[in-house]
This record gives sequence, C-alpha cells and structure tokens, in this order.
Amino acid sequence: MSDIAAPSTFVRQDLVKERSAPIKTTGFIGFVRTQLLNSPTNILLTVLGLLLLWFTLVPATKFLLVDAVWQGTDRDACLAVNAGHPVGACWPYIKAKFPQFIYGFYPEPERWRVNLTFLLAVLLLVPLLIPRLPDKGLNAGLLFIAFPVIGFFLLHGGSLISFAIGAAIVSALLFLFGGGIRTGWRALMVSLALFAGTGVVIAVLGLEHDGLPLVDTRQWGGLLVTLVVSVTGIVVSMPIGVALALGRRSTIPLVRIFSVAFIEFWRGVPLITVLFFATYMLPLFLPAGFTIDALARALIGVALFAGAYTAEVIRGGLQAVPRGQSEAASALGLATWKTTALIVMPQALRHVIPGLVNSFIAMFKDTSLVSIVAIFDLLGVLQSSFADPVWATPTTSLTGFAFAGMIYFVFCFGMSRYSQFVEKRLNAHRRN
Amino acid sequence: MSISIEARPLEARPPPSQFSAKLQRALGGRAGWRGFAFQLLFVVALIWIGTEIVANVRVNLAAQRITSGFGFLERTAGFDVSQNLIPYTGSDTYARVFLVGLLNTLLVSVLGIFLATVIGFIVALGRLSPNWLLSRIAGAYVEVLRNLPLLFQIIFWYVAVLRALPNPRQSISLLDILFLSNRGLVVPRPIADPGLQPFILALVAAIVAALALRHYALKQLFDRGRKLVIWPYVLALLIGLPLLSALLFGVPVTFEIPVLKGFNFSGGSRLIPEFVALLLALSTYTATYIAEIVRGGILSVHKGQMEAGSSLGLHRGDTLRLIVVPQALRVILPPLTNQYLNLTKNSSLAVAIGYPDLVSVFAGTTLSQTGQAIEIIAITMGVYLLISLTTSAIMSFYGWRISRSLGP
Repeated sequence: MSDIAAPSTFVRQDLVKERSAPIKTTGFIGFVRTQLLNSPTNILLTVLGLLLLWFTLVPATKFLLVDAVWQGTDRDACLAVNAGHPVGACWPYIKAKFPQFIYGFYPEPERWRVNLTFLLAVLLLVPLLIPRLPDKGLNAGLLFIAFPVIGFFLLHGGSLISFAIGAAIVSALLFLFGGGIRTGWRALMVSLALFAGTGVVIAVLGLEHDGLPLVDTRQWGGLLVTLVVSVTGIVVSMPIGVALALGRRSTIPLVRIFSVAFIEFWRGVPLITVLFFATYMLPLFLPAGFTIDALARALIGVALFAGAYTAEVIRGGLQAVPRGQSEAASALGLATWKTTALIVMPQALRHVIPGLVNSFIAMFKDTSLVSIVAIFDLLGVLQSSFADPVWATPTTSLTGFAFAGMIYFVFCFGMSRYSQFVEKRLNAHRRN
Repeated sequence: MSISIEARPLEARPPPSQFSAKLQRALGGRAGWRGFAFQLLFVVALIWIGTEIVANVRVNLAAQRITSGFGFLERTAGFDVSQNLIPYTGSDTYARVFLVGLLNTLLVSVLGIFLATVIGFIVALGRLSPNWLLSRIAGAYVEVLRNLPLLFQIIFWYVAVLRALPNPRQSISLLDILFLSNRGLVVPRPIADPGLQPFILALVAAIVAALALRHYALKQLFDRGRKLVIWPYVLALLIGLPLLSALLFGVPVTFEIPVLKGFNFSGGSRLIPEFVALLLALSTYTATYIAEIVRGGILSVHKGQMEAGSSLGLHRGDTLRLIVVPQALRVILPPLTNQYLNLTKNSSLAVAIGYPDLVSVFAGTTLSQTGQAIEIIAITMGVYLLISLTTSAIMSFYGWRISRSLGP
C-alpha cells in the first residue's frame, strides 16, 4: 500500500501548452479555404477561373456600361472621334430602334392594340402560373380559346360584328366545356364579361365607325411576331399533340401506324425544311386561286412541327398514369372516351407541365428561324436594323446583339426556372 | 313421385366459333368492329385529302408552267459554291450540287459533333468539380448559351465576330501558322510526301501489335493472375515504329505554311468564315446540352458503386474506368446520340449565313433556279429523315442489347 502514496511519475506536473485553434471552416475565409484553395489542383483551377472571369466580365462590363454612349440622335454620337474615348455599346441606337424591336412596322397610331393584347395575355397568364389560385380550368379555357380570338381581332383588325360573332362562338364553346346547362353558366358569364370588357376598352381607346382598321401581317414584326408565332405554335400544337399521342396508343392498327409515321416524320426533319415546305410546297397543295398569308403559312409549319414534339411529351405523361386508373374507370362503367377525357388525360397533362414548358422554350427559340423565310421577328428586325446607314457604327451590331440577347435570355431563363419550380412541386411527395 | 334421372353422360359442347372474333381482330384490332369502321373512315378521309392535294398540285403546276420529275438533276447548275470537298465547277449538274451540299453538311456535322463532345465533357467535369468558382462558371456557361436561340448565336458569330475581324493584312496570327481574318481562318495545308505510305503502314502495324500485347496481358491476368505493365511498351510501339519509318523513308507530310501576299494569303487552306461561325455556334451550343447529359449520367451512378469498388481494393482510377464510367455511359449514350442528331439537323441553319450546306445550295439556290419545290424539298427532307431513322434504329438496337444484357 505504500507505493500508492509515492509520487507517481505518470502524473503530469505542469500544464500542456495550448494548441492553436483549428483551421476555420466557416465564414467567408473558411469558404475560400475549403472550396477554393484546399489543394494545389484547386488553387490552379481557382486561378484559371479568375483569369477566365477577368477576360470575359471585365471587357463585357466595360463595353456595356463604362465605355457606352448614352445620349445622341444618330451615328455621330457613337463614333470614337466624337465621343473622345473608345466607344462601347451605342445605346441611343437601341432607343431609336426600340419600337421596331417590339412592334416591327406596326402603324404607330395602332400600337395601343398590341399593348392591349400583351396586357390581356399577362392578365390571363399570371393567375394560371400561380398554383395557389383557383379555377385553373376556366382560366386555361379563357387563355387558350378566348384569348386567341380576341388577340387575332385586336392585332389584325376587323369589323365589330365579326368580334361579336367570335365572342358568341367562344362563349358557347366555354359554356359547353364548362359542363353545359348544369355548371357552364359561370364560364359563359366570365367569357362574355371578358369580351365585353375588351370591347369597352376598344370603344374608349379608338374605335372607327365599324371596327378596327386592318393591319396586314406583313407590317407585324419584332417581339410581337416572335410571341405570336411561339404562342400560336404551342396553342395549336396542343390539340394536335393530344390527338397524335392518343392515336399512337390506340388499338386501331392504321390509326396507330399513321400517328407513328406522322410523329417520326416531323421529328426527323429540321424545322427549316419544314418552313421551306410551308412556304414553297403548301401553296401548291391548295386549290388554285386560294392564297394564304405568309405568316399563316409559317404558323402552319410551326404548328405541325411542334405538334409532333408535343405528342411525344404527352405520350410520356400518358404512360405515367397507372393502368389501374383506367381500369377503375371502366369498372365504374365509363365509356372509353369518357375514361380518357375525364380520368386519364387530366392526370397525364398535370404530369407533363414541365415538359410542355420546356417544349415551349424550344418553340420560343426556334421561332427565330422564321426570319429565314422573310418574316421579321425579333432577330429579323435586328438584322435589318444593322443595314440602317443612320446608325452604322463599328459597335452597332454588338449593341444590337446584346439587347436582343437579353430579351431572349430573360424569356427563356424565366420559363426554365418556372418549369423547374413546377417539377419540384409535382415531385414534392418524392422528396426525402 | 319420382324423378327419373337419366344417367346420360354430358356431351362436350362444341367450342364457340372463333371466326367472328378473329375477323374482328384482324380488321379492327382490339377495338373490334368499331375499330374497323373507324379505320375505314380514316382511310377514306386520308385518300380524299390525298387525291385533293394531287389534283391541286397538278392544276397549280400547270398554271405556273413548272415541269415535274427528277430530270432537273441532270441539268447544268451554273452557279458556284464557295466550299466544295469534291471537285465542282459551275458547269456541273444539279446532282453534283446536291452531293457537294450533302458533303458540306456532313463535314460541319462531324467536326461539330467532335468539338461539342470535347467541350461538353470539359464543361460537365467543370460543373462537377469541387471547386466552387469553376462549377459556377461552368453553370453560367450552360445557362447563358442554352437560353439563347441557336440562330441568334450563329448570326452573332458571323456578323459581330468574324465579319468584324480585321482584313487579311492585319489578321490575327498564332505563331505565324494560323491566320484569322474577315476572310476566314487560314491554316497550313498538309501535302503528302513519298514517306506517307510506309508511315501509315508502320502506324497500322504498331496499333495491331499494341492490341495483340493487350490481348496477351489480359490473358495472363485472367489465366495466371499476373498483372503485366504494358503501357510503356505500347507507347514505345506507337511512337517508335512511325518514327522509325519517318527516319528511313522520309517525313510523311509537309505543311504548306500560308504567306501573306498582297491583299490575301497564298498557300495553306482557307476555312471560309461561314464555316468557322457555324462550327463555333453549333459546337458551343450543343456542348451545353451534352454537358448536362454527361453530368446527369455521372450523378446517376450510385455512390455505393464507387465505395464497393474501393472496398474490393481497386484504385480510384480503376474504379472510375471499370465501374463508374460503364454504368454512366449506359445512361449517357441514348440522349447523347439524340444531341448528335440535333446538331446534324441544326446544321441546316447554315442557310441563314450562306454556308453552302445541303439546305442552302439545294433547297435554297437550286429551288429558286428550277422552281421544282416538291421534288427538291422531298429530297432534302428525305436525306435528314434517312439520317434520323438510321440513327434511331441503331439506338433501339443498342437499347435492346442493353436490356438483354441486364435482363433476367
């Protein structure tokens, strides 16, 4: 027992020197350390990335903001000789050409009609995009059935009588889709109210004695045409796509074969050949003496092309609906078409919203091709504006591309973000 | 009262006639008579539309005095093409023009596919990199380029970049070998020397020897479990044999370096600016899609696969090469082929800047000269359709092979 009392050599007599604090891994310094400089390779990559940024962002900012010219009335302001420094973007050129970029050659006193169409589109579209808001069916009906009629009347013009006839037909259709005598009254009322409201606005803003003056589609241009072509493409391609997708899954052999051939044909050829087809071949197919508007021809081509792609997207959605759904519907005694229309299709369409938005983005980008067949969309107007001698400077084209690029980017990026949002929402139950 | 029960054996009833059911199925598929009626109606409608179109076309063609048939292919074209891979002059036929355009389309597609794949893989790796800055830059590249229309990018490269370059006298040169100016990119032209034939032979021999060596090494590995290090020998073979041939028989090719003479270059070969613009736009645009496909493919391989590989004692490189990449490829390949197809179809946008591809020279110039829209557009669409259908046939064969190899 004595050795317990003995002073142990194993017990430390003095304090250990304090260790230095661990390397910080939080905050900005920690972030730089762990994400950017944690190994020799990473340091090299970071330096490479910084160099890349230096050689792209700095010249871009310099061009767009620092060296840019902001004031002026013609090309003289944007020449280095007059500006006194190397000239970047020539913004007065954009300011001067802005109406053309948006409206094309749409007559100036009539441009309020385009604005009204844009406004209506936004008013009908935004509630449809916000999932929380109710009445999606009615909203979609107004946007996809009533709006094209109103839009066509506003943009193209015509007599008030034709507008009233259009209103009557569309309202009747919505009444029917809304459920007929039992539940269709609200749809009818809303549709009539929409048409009446538009009519009042037209009357207040500038009605000539019997209607709106006609504006030929050759005068349309810029973002207006880009939007008209892409929206028409997607709206018309929907029924085509639904029909082809159902046809491809049909049990009737010839219908199935035709659908497959049709889809594969349009998906197998480039859009530009489709537009050539619509421009040069389609007029030959029509009865002699029957002329068809250049824009309408391009729209037909775009709609057929988009229809084939939409069909494949919708087919994907149809495949995602479990078989038990249609079996349950048959067990309840629903007929085939009722099973499809009331049970399968609504579920399938909900699945394919992200896919449809994606194909709309593709559509929106692809509409730039109509400039090749001499229709002045945003890109076409941009290109023709380069030829204007009033604004011919070395930096004009770059300025124009920067501006048009921003418009395209904002639209496409916004839509792709929206599609991701919807996708996340649809897959919410799968999140872990 | 008794009921007499006759003990008569039950006769087997004759089976119901299958004839009607079979007929229904043959005529109308699973939908039966209703399907048959619908089918009949459908065919009648199609035939009606078809005859209507044919009649209209006849009348319209006659009214516009356009001949029909493929006879125009034999006629002289009478216009020049700015880039031709096969000898072509203005006095050649339209059939030749078709061939020239097709070859130009294929050239830009093949080079574009190659470049797009390289850029796409680099961007995908950048996006997957643990380096925050690099992954953000790669992400920004993808987001910006794929949210701008391709045609916009093609015209941007052509109008704002290549046409804005200085003239040949002030061209931008790289080591005095490559010259970039508003007339295009001038590169050295390879000229075959007598040493070329032995050089190629030596190269082929080296490749065959290397393959044989690999076969032997694999056999050793599987039979005896011995791991042979063969890469130094392979490298020596692949470099040594051609080098030996070059020393013995002379250099295989010499390069003709372009020289500035007067206002233009002499010597070397010139890539026209339209080609450069189209190639750049196509490859950088398609690369964004390829990058996303590759990234998705690599992320789709479960983390456990990598861990299982290392627990078996494989090196990191071996795990990637033998375990991760083959599984990722299975996911990557089908959409990748789709992108290659898209690139080929998108090369038809050449018509916007005047690169002489199939659509530009055939569906453009030839169509406006002859006016035979139906034949020309049918041929053009047919070519693209053929390419698409062949590719998708190959892909579905590939899918079938994969599903068979994964199957029970």
